[in-house]
Amino acid sequence: MRIFVCIKQVPDTETRIKLKPDNSDIDSNGVKWIVNPYDEFAIEEAVKIKEANQGAMVTVVSVGPKARLTNSLRTAMAMGCDDGILIDEANSLDSLTMAKAMAKAIKAEGDFSAVFTGVLSIDDNESAMGPMLAELLEIPHVGVVSKLESAGDEWTAEREVEGGTKEVFTMKLPGLITATKGLNKPRFASLPNIMKAKKKPIKEMTLGDLGLSSDDVKIQLNQYQMPADKEPVKMLSGDPAAQVSELVKLLREEAKVL
Amino acid sequence: MENILVVAELQNGSLKKGTKELLSSLLGKGKTISAALAGEGADSIKEELQKYGVTQLFNQASLTQYNPTSFTQFFAEAIKQSGANLILASSNAMTKDVLARVAARLDAGFINDCTELSFDGGIQLRRPMYSAKCSAGVNLKLEGTSIVLMRANQLPVLEGTESITCEVKALDAGTENETLKVKDIIKGESEKLDLTEADRIVSGGRGLKEAKNFEMLEDLANVINATVGASRAVVDSGWVPHSMQVGQTGKTVAPSLYIAVGISGAIQHLAGMSGSKVIVAINTDENAPIFQKASYGIVGDAFEVVPKLTEQLKASL
Repeated sequence: MRIFVCIKQVPDTETRIKLKPDNSDIDSNGVKWIVNPYDEFAIEEAVKIKEANQGAMVTVVSVGPKARLTNSLRTAMAMGCDDGILIDEANSLDSLTMAKAMAKAIKAEGDFSAVFTGVLSIDDNESAMGPMLAELLEIPHVGVVSKLESAGDEWTAEREVEGGTKEVFTMKLPGLITATKGLNKPRFASLPNIMKAKKKPIKEMTLGDLGLSSDDVKIQLNQYQMPADKEPVKMLSGDPAAQVSELVKLLREEAKVL
Repeated sequence: MENILVVAELQNGSLKKGTKELLSSLLGKGKTISAALAGEGADSIKEELQKYGVTQLFNQASLTQYNPTSFTQFFAEAIKQSGANLILASSNAMTKDVLARVAARLDAGFINDCTELSFDGGIQLRRPMYSAKCSAGVNLKLEGTSIVLMRANQLPVLEGTESITCEVKALDAGTENETLKVKDIIKGESEKLDLTEADRIVSGGRGLKEAKNFEMLEDLANVINATVGASRAVVDSGWVPHSMQVGQTGKTVAPSLYIAVGISGAIQHLAGMSGSKVIVAINTDENAPIFQKASYGIVGDAFEVVPKLTEQLKASL
């Protein structure tokens, strides 16, 4: 059984974002890069399935600049992935170009049973890569999965939609799952596993090796802006009754939201 | 970008607010507009669509339950038949899932979560980036097809003024196969709008002390027709389900009014709600980071302030 996990490296939530002088992108100097938190749910689920299926193997795949991306692949391997595929590309890509790169790299590996990825990445909040990848691999997918029964070759996946409603699907393998919170609790890598991960193999290639180019993107982001300075908070004083009266008045007459 | 297809969605038999927002943005722009509806209700929205200048509605009434396989086939076929090069949809669980897959099938550009849209001098789009720490302009490739998803509650709803005939075109492109089947639908408890679509949200955190005190927020939310959300801390404590979580690893929301009760404002929470227009913070700790993001702040005991607020609003609305 072969499982692929597709991850993305993103700026840490705590990172302060600054823009390049020409506003063409963020200034990546000083940014702390982490594995997208939703992708950790994907890694954990793949590794759990591997542990329940003798002989199974998990390969982590990612696209980004090699100099910093290697670190995130090692993190995934320390959590239990067996090997990695690193697609080296310095430019930021849209979801579809990234999905195409991953699809080509996965197809070149031969047969597989399942693909996991996080439901969205916290940098651009796009949730498109998973469904796109499934389409390009010509396999079914279930998105936003918070519960999965993964015994046998027909899995049962619960998809979270609006209002806490859950759509339950049965999916025949091979298939793709996008993971969300609730699916599992991602493990912390132990020190021995961190050491072991350093020796695991990573296959490297470039976007060009896959017949793609960053010029292929169909969506480009530009004219970045920091938010306008916010008005300072109005603190309401007095006893609770006075505070509440003032608040209701302001919400009606000043903010006009009631 | 002269030929546009809008994904139509229904609520209680008429067009959903998010769909009306999109159609409103197209009023008077001289575009050719089609719509696509998966599921029943084509006849009940036909008149509304006519007023917005929609000339044809692609529909497959049998698609009553979401399945990525059949919905992808339907929307891809509707887009092909319409000849549209710009597809607009309101961002939600269904559209985000299916239209990403459709984009890959049609080799189209795809962008979700946009918060600004106008047609003044070509199409102008912006979206938040990095948890709304900044925003970016969006450039679409004009020669291809583009799929654009807008967040709900970002555009004004205008009355349709056109008088045109809308023709319903029935499709049967969407079929399920055995690789992916709907087994069950587990209905959520809430009858209210989802957090991601709500225009008012009342959210609670650790300061509420225990799960049952969320009832106090429900009371307030009922009076102002809001949806109740929560911080990660209380979701992780098991007080409320994950579907109520606002913030990173929860939902990103952008209502007109966000009332944060007993929420200190961890960066992971702020990441999901700082796009709200007006933020009210009620907290006992005057140094809580939530006050930095708030429009109005009350330092005080939620158990005194919230019931008074509910009372006063009930009396005056």
